[in-house]
Order: sequence, then structure tokens, then C-alpha cells
Amino acid sequence: MSGPPGVTFETLKKDIRLEWRSKDAINSMLFFALLVVVVFSFSFDPNAEESRLIAGGLVWVAFLFAAVVALNQTWARELRNQVLDAYRVSPAPANSLFLAKAIGNFIFVTVLEALMVPLFVVFYKLRVLGPAWQLVPVAVLGTWAIVVNGTFFAAMSLRTRSREIMLPLLLFPITIPALISTVEATTTILVGDPTTSAKFWIVLLATYDVMFTIACLALFETVLHAE
Amino acid sequence: MNNPQAAQPQADAIIIVTNLVKQFGRFAALRGVSASFAPARLYGILGDNGAGKTTMLRMLAGLVTPTRGTVTILGSSDPRKICREFGYMAHPSLLYDEMSGMENLRYFAHLYGLREDKRCAEIIVSVGLDPELARPVGQYSQGMRQRMSLARALLNDPKILLLDEPFSNVDIRSAREMVKLLGHMRDGGKTIFVVTHQASLLDGTANEFIWMDAGQILNRTPDLKFMETA
Repeated sequence: MSGPPGVTFETLKKDIRLEWRSKDAINSMLFFALLVVVVFSFSFDPNAEESRLIAGGLVWVAFLFAAVVALNQTWARELRNQVLDAYRVSPAPANSLFLAKAIGNFIFVTVLEALMVPLFVVFYKLRVLGPAWQLVPVAVLGTWAIVVNGTFFAAMSLRTRSREIMLPLLLFPITIPALISTVEATTTILVGDPTTSAKFWIVLLATYDVMFTIACLALFETVLHAE
Repeated sequence: MNNPQAAQPQADAIIIVTNLVKQFGRFAALRGVSASFAPARLYGILGDNGAGKTTMLRMLAGLVTPTRGTVTILGSSDPRKICREFGYMAHPSLLYDEMSGMENLRYFAHLYGLREDKRCAEIIVSVGLDPELARPVGQYSQGMRQRMSLARALLNDPKILLLDEPFSNVDIRSAREMVKLLGHMRDGGKTIFVVTHQASLLDGTANEFIWMDAGQILNRTPDLKFMETA
């Protein structure tokens, strides 16, 4: 593979290799998400019906908070030894870097979700009453919404003094429409109410993803080369 | 005070900087620097801490944009257009500590569209390191890291080399070898800028020393005698 897709692929490969060796992001995310599941399960003692109503919100809030940990790590390793400058002086396109980082974060958060969902099912005694297959597009689109904006805003807050605080401050408000869509879609599918459909929320989520992906790609070069 | 000769653009200049000013908030790192630089020469940039040497180098690399003034390299004022033509070595290594030297170079080679492992291995050997070394860069000695950092800067066979403190924490023998290598590269046609506090290492090899102070070029001399009078 050559050209910009080749650079994206090589950068993604490099990030996965670095994460595999350091396990910085995945360990912190897992630990954090696990804490949220356990603490929530002690705080509430819902029956199966109540669980279905609140689980969508709990699951996605846990994933959003845990994702922030990974998102901060993504750029932190580019700041060590100022490696980002080596990318900035190269002819490689800025968007290749952005896409590699976003796809990398998507993979890390998806791994986290795959590990955490069974725990949620056990702790909250969940059983899906609606069309379960619809949870797949909801998970994919919801995760992409978090990571695409998160990767962008993490890059934006790179040069700020308290970037760990800046990221959630910038990310959470802008993610609210996606979060509402994801939670509503998840709850609708879990509850299986025949009078409502998750399709509206899925379409809304897809539209959000397309819009914000384009916006992030259009603006990333400016962010990367900002002083 | 700027050397008036420095402000006169040379006919064969590869780099021309005109009235460069860089403000960081209220601090002026560069204060109206004008100079031109001929090709296939080795320039030593000298000066105290805060004189503006690194800012000048980062500006030439396109990493810092001037508040005022222009930088023209190979006839272009857009650093993105000519970025294939220069190699940049910073004070930090610009390498991933968790990866080996070869893995680092392989990745950076891809950024320049280079896909041959042979090229990476040759460059590593040329700076006196072993391409087979599997140890991550984080476990290298400071001197080895500096040499690997130089290898990264040389990867794309650039016409212009911008080196910030390449000899810091390098033992004297390795530093002399690096200077010898830089001399060969200059003889091969590369234009090299070396920011350093160890000026004596470049004595006899550099074509010109550029003395900076308080964000200005104080003088340009062919040798280090100015150091004794300054």
C-alpha cells in the first residue's frame, strides 16, 4: 500500500505495536470501565425491567469516560521526544495521521466494549427484547462518534497546559447529540417496544458521524501545524 | 547589530531569510534577521542560550511561522512544498522509545514514500550503529540515540540538513566521527546547519560560523577567532 492510505496503514500499525508493548491505554480503560460497572451495580439494585431502561445510559457513559483515557494517551506518545515534529516536517498528509489515530482509537475502544458488554449483561441481568442485530450499527456508529471527535479535540488540546481536563471539557458538550442518539437507540432495542423503532436514532447517528468526520478532516491540518 | 554583508542576498543562495521576526507573547526570539546561505556549505550557528538559534532552525524547517519576514528555500516560501529536501534533527530524539532503531526508521521511511529496508539499514550503518540491534531506542545510550536521530534526519537523502545540538551528550570520539560524516556530506553537496555550543568541534570543518545574540545575527566568520574577541 502506498500514498496517503499507506501512511495511514503504517501509522495505525505503529500505534497498535506501541500499544501492544506498553498497554498504556487498554489497561487504564479496562480498569476504569470495570470500576464504573462495579460501582454502578452497587449503587443501584434494579430489577430486570428497570435494568433495561437504564443500562443504555450506563453502558455508554462508561464507554465515553473510558474512551477519554485512551484518547489522551494517543497524542501523549507523540509528544514524548517531540516525535510529532518528525511527522510535521515530513511530506506525509495530516489527514493520514488523523485517520490512523481515529481508527486506532476505534479499535481500542471496540476491544474494551467487547470485554465489558458481557460484564454489563451479567451485573444488570440484561436480555435484549428488540432486534439484537441493531445493536451492532449502534455500537459501531456510537463508538466512531466518540473517537472521531475525541481524536480531534485531543489533538487540539495537545499544546494546552492541562490537556487532560481540556479534552472532556471540549468533547462532552459536542458529543451530546451522538450520546443521546446512542442511548435512545440502545434503550429502544433493549426494551423492545413495538411502537418505537431505533432506526431514526441510527440514521441520526450516521448523519452526525458523517458531518463530524468531514469537519475533523477539513480542520485537522490547521490543528496539526498550529504553534 | 546585523552584519551588513549577511543581509546581501547571494546570487547562488539556497536559503534567503528576510527581516525575520518571531514573537512568543511579549518575548522576541528573533528580531529582524536577514541572511542568505549558499549551497554545499556547512554553517555552525553559535550563541548563548536564548540567542534565537533553535527558533531560527525551526523556522527554516517550517515548524515555526515567522511573525514578520519571509523564508525562501530553494526558491519556495512554502515549507510544505520543499519538505522532501530537508532533514531535521532536534534536541529531543524525535524517535519512539518503545521501538527499535530499525522499526523507527522503517516507519519514518514510509512517511517519505520509501519502502526499502536496505536504505534504512545503510543509513543506520553510516552513523555507526547496528541495524540488527533489537533493543528499543529507550534503552539506547544518549550518544546512540543522537546518532539514530541523525540517521532519521538523513533518511530521505535531503539537500539541506538542519541539526540542533547533534553533539550534546555524545562522547568526544563519536562527536568527531559525526563531524567527519557531516564534512563528507557537505562535500557531497548538502547544505548543513549545525546549532551547537561545542563550536570547537566544527573548527576546520565548518565553512562559516554564524554568531547570534538576542535574536539577531551578530557576525558571520570563517573561523572561531571572533569567539576570543566577543
